[in-house]
Amino acid sequence: MQNQIGAPKKGFSLTDPKVRAWLFQIITVIAVVSLGWYLFKNTQTNLQHRGITSGFEFLERSAGFGIAQHLIAYTESDSYARVFVIGLLNTLLVTFIGIVLATLLGFIVGVARLSSNWVISKLATVYIETFRNIPPLLQILFWYFAVFLTMPGPRGSHNLGNMFYLSNRGLNMPGASMADGFWPFVVAVIVAIVAIVLMVRWANKRFEATGVPFHKFWTGLALLLIIPALCTAIFGGPLHWEIPQLKGFNFVGGWVMIPELLALTIALTVYTAAFIAEIVRSGIKSVSHGQTEAARSLGLRPGPTLRKVIIPQALRVIIPPLTSQYLNLAKNSSLAAGIGYPEMVSLFAGTVLNQTGQAIEVIAITMSVYLAISISISLLMNWYNKRIALIER
Amino acid sequence: MTIHIFKPDLAPPKMTVGVVAWMRANLFSSWINTLLTLFAIYLIYLIVPPLLSWAFLDANWVGTTRADCTKAGACWVFIEQRFGQFMYGYYPGDLRWRVNLTVLLAIVGVAPLFMSWFKRKAIYGLCFLVIYPIVAFCLLSGGVFGMTSVATSQWGGLMLTLVIATVGIAGALPLGIVLALGRRSNMPAIRVVCVTFIEFWRGVPLITVLFMSSVMLPLFLPEGMNFDKLLRALIGVILFQSAYVAEVVRGGLQAIPKGQYEAAAAMGLGYWRAMGLVILPQALKLVIPGIVNTLIALFKDTSLVIIIGLFDLLNSVRQASADPTWLGMATEGYVFAALVFWIFCFSMSRYSMHLERKLDTGHKR
Repeated sequence: MQNQIGAPKKGFSLTDPKVRAWLFQIITVIAVVSLGWYLFKNTQTNLQHRGITSGFEFLERSAGFGIAQHLIAYTESDSYARVFVIGLLNTLLVTFIGIVLATLLGFIVGVARLSSNWVISKLATVYIETFRNIPPLLQILFWYFAVFLTMPGPRGSHNLGNMFYLSNRGLNMPGASMADGFWPFVVAVIVAIVAIVLMVRWANKRFEATGVPFHKFWTGLALLLIIPALCTAIFGGPLHWEIPQLKGFNFVGGWVMIPELLALTIALTVYTAAFIAEIVRSGIKSVSHGQTEAARSLGLRPGPTLRKVIIPQALRVIIPPLTSQYLNLAKNSSLAAGIGYPEMVSLFAGTVLNQTGQAIEVIAITMSVYLAISISISLLMNWYNKRIALIER
Repeated sequence: MTIHIFKPDLAPPKMTVGVVAWMRANLFSSWINTLLTLFAIYLIYLIVPPLLSWAFLDANWVGTTRADCTKAGACWVFIEQRFGQFMYGYYPGDLRWRVNLTVLLAIVGVAPLFMSWFKRKAIYGLCFLVIYPIVAFCLLSGGVFGMTSVATSQWGGLMLTLVIATVGIAGALPLGIVLALGRRSNMPAIRVVCVTFIEFWRGVPLITVLFMSSVMLPLFLPEGMNFDKLLRALIGVILFQSAYVAEVVRGGLQAIPKGQYEAAAAMGLGYWRAMGLVILPQALKLVIPGIVNTLIALFKDTSLVIIIGLFDLLNSVRQASADPTWLGMATEGYVFAALVFWIFCFSMSRYSMHLERKLDTGHKR
């Protein structure tokens, strides 16, 4: 009889890779589920013994403590849910300001490091190597305790152009409130944006058809300036500015950035910008010199070479690591807990947790907020990355 | 016959060689460049002289109390007086030799791994990895061989920072490798478990992890079973860091050409032997610089244990500068801590760059 080498075996055998794969997976799932069940059971008994009722009812209760900075109206009798929203908004505020400033500073330093100017490039190198090797929390504490809290009080504050005052109470600056011309102004800006989009579409279509270029940038800028300016001339200014005045021991009027916020944004910006600068540098260096030469030999001037050849290719290298830096910044904003800036972690996972004792719910909510922020930033950047990615055959 | 005697070469024009030419090329090549140079020099002028005079020229170096700091500059007396606290925390003064011995043993033990003539590095390294942690633990916490036991709540300063960083990376490495393998597995259930684990820890900040490990871990465990604070923090750090290590290792696994996997399979190697003998040795070599980079990140992140009340270097500094007898010394303290962190991180990053160049032999043409 012929040997049946390689013929599929019938039945169950532990040497069959498929059977083993199933077995492994079943074991894994059982292990994970039973670990989860074990933890869940333990938690339940522990909660019962300590007399903690789980659930999210505590969010309805009144908080009863003051908050140094709230972007929406808040009184001590407001609920924990509102405290949560305030913490979330403060986190988002720091993240947003930090991302904008760090990107600007990072691009400037990154380009400076590539500069042919020796002093400038060395300065940029020193900046990068210094700040990315010092823990962000230490930088935050330094700015807060060693810089802002040692500043003179409001009476001896640093006066910047009679509008901004820097003291140990923070940065006082002119505050804006809505004036009569606000809504017409908003409408005018929207009209201008729509006009620009239409203009760009028309210009692109004409360029495709006839090859005649159009000054899209300057026309766009003109549209953006002229339409709102006309509106202001007709309806009056959109905002009413109020300049801070020193009255007694403190400033009255205008807006104030509390020292915690200042320390946090400066430290996070400086720290993250050092990383972004390195990313920008490696991105620009990844575009080979042949690309520049090819563009120049096609007759493009240095400006268009940079805009149309170098930057689009460099961005492809820059965007993915830039995304993870943005994520890091969002997560690092939680370091505010070290100086007591009222954001998610210090306000919600700190104060609210201490007051209510609802550890599981509070930590779960906090973690899911950060997961949601992380996921939305990475989705946004992935979408952008897909748009500019190289379309290959 | 006429003899041609060459005249000596003319010196190159003065403007094209030497300092002048270098400055013309690198500093003043155009009017924008000139402006930039002047701006940069102004910036340096603004920053460097005051900094130098604060840190060195006008600084106070000798003394024992705050009253000895009479000059306008930095008061380094504060650092000198509190140096022990910054390095060892509340570790009892007469037992600090044990910490020093642990560090010395680590340096002596690791040194052979960096010597090129030393053979059998793998076996030696494995033995070291097994023996050293036991020795270090016995030395640091005591309680055996007649050594006085020191509770972990007394550990602190730079020593605690180093303990968290090394234990963190040592624990995260094996877990991270397993997770990376799991993420690249063909079995959907294992892949889903690993991806969920990795993405969860990567999506949340370390602070919330530390909060969780200090507040929620006691709830998760059966009644009566309790860890001390340091161990809880370490568990949090290891879980958190393993997700980052896993992503780094995954990068290495992906960089190995498919031919290697196929070749291993063609040799008749099963999954574990293919991974252990063929894939991982190559992949791990590729990702050593990446792992050093995660170690740097971890080293900086150890400062977050301040949030759960452990006294690492940064927290010791913060506490010391809040001392009423040394009020107003925050700047000196933070500058000192920053310098220590900077030296560690900078040397590690240089080492990682050096490794990258040294190991860059593999899959490039």
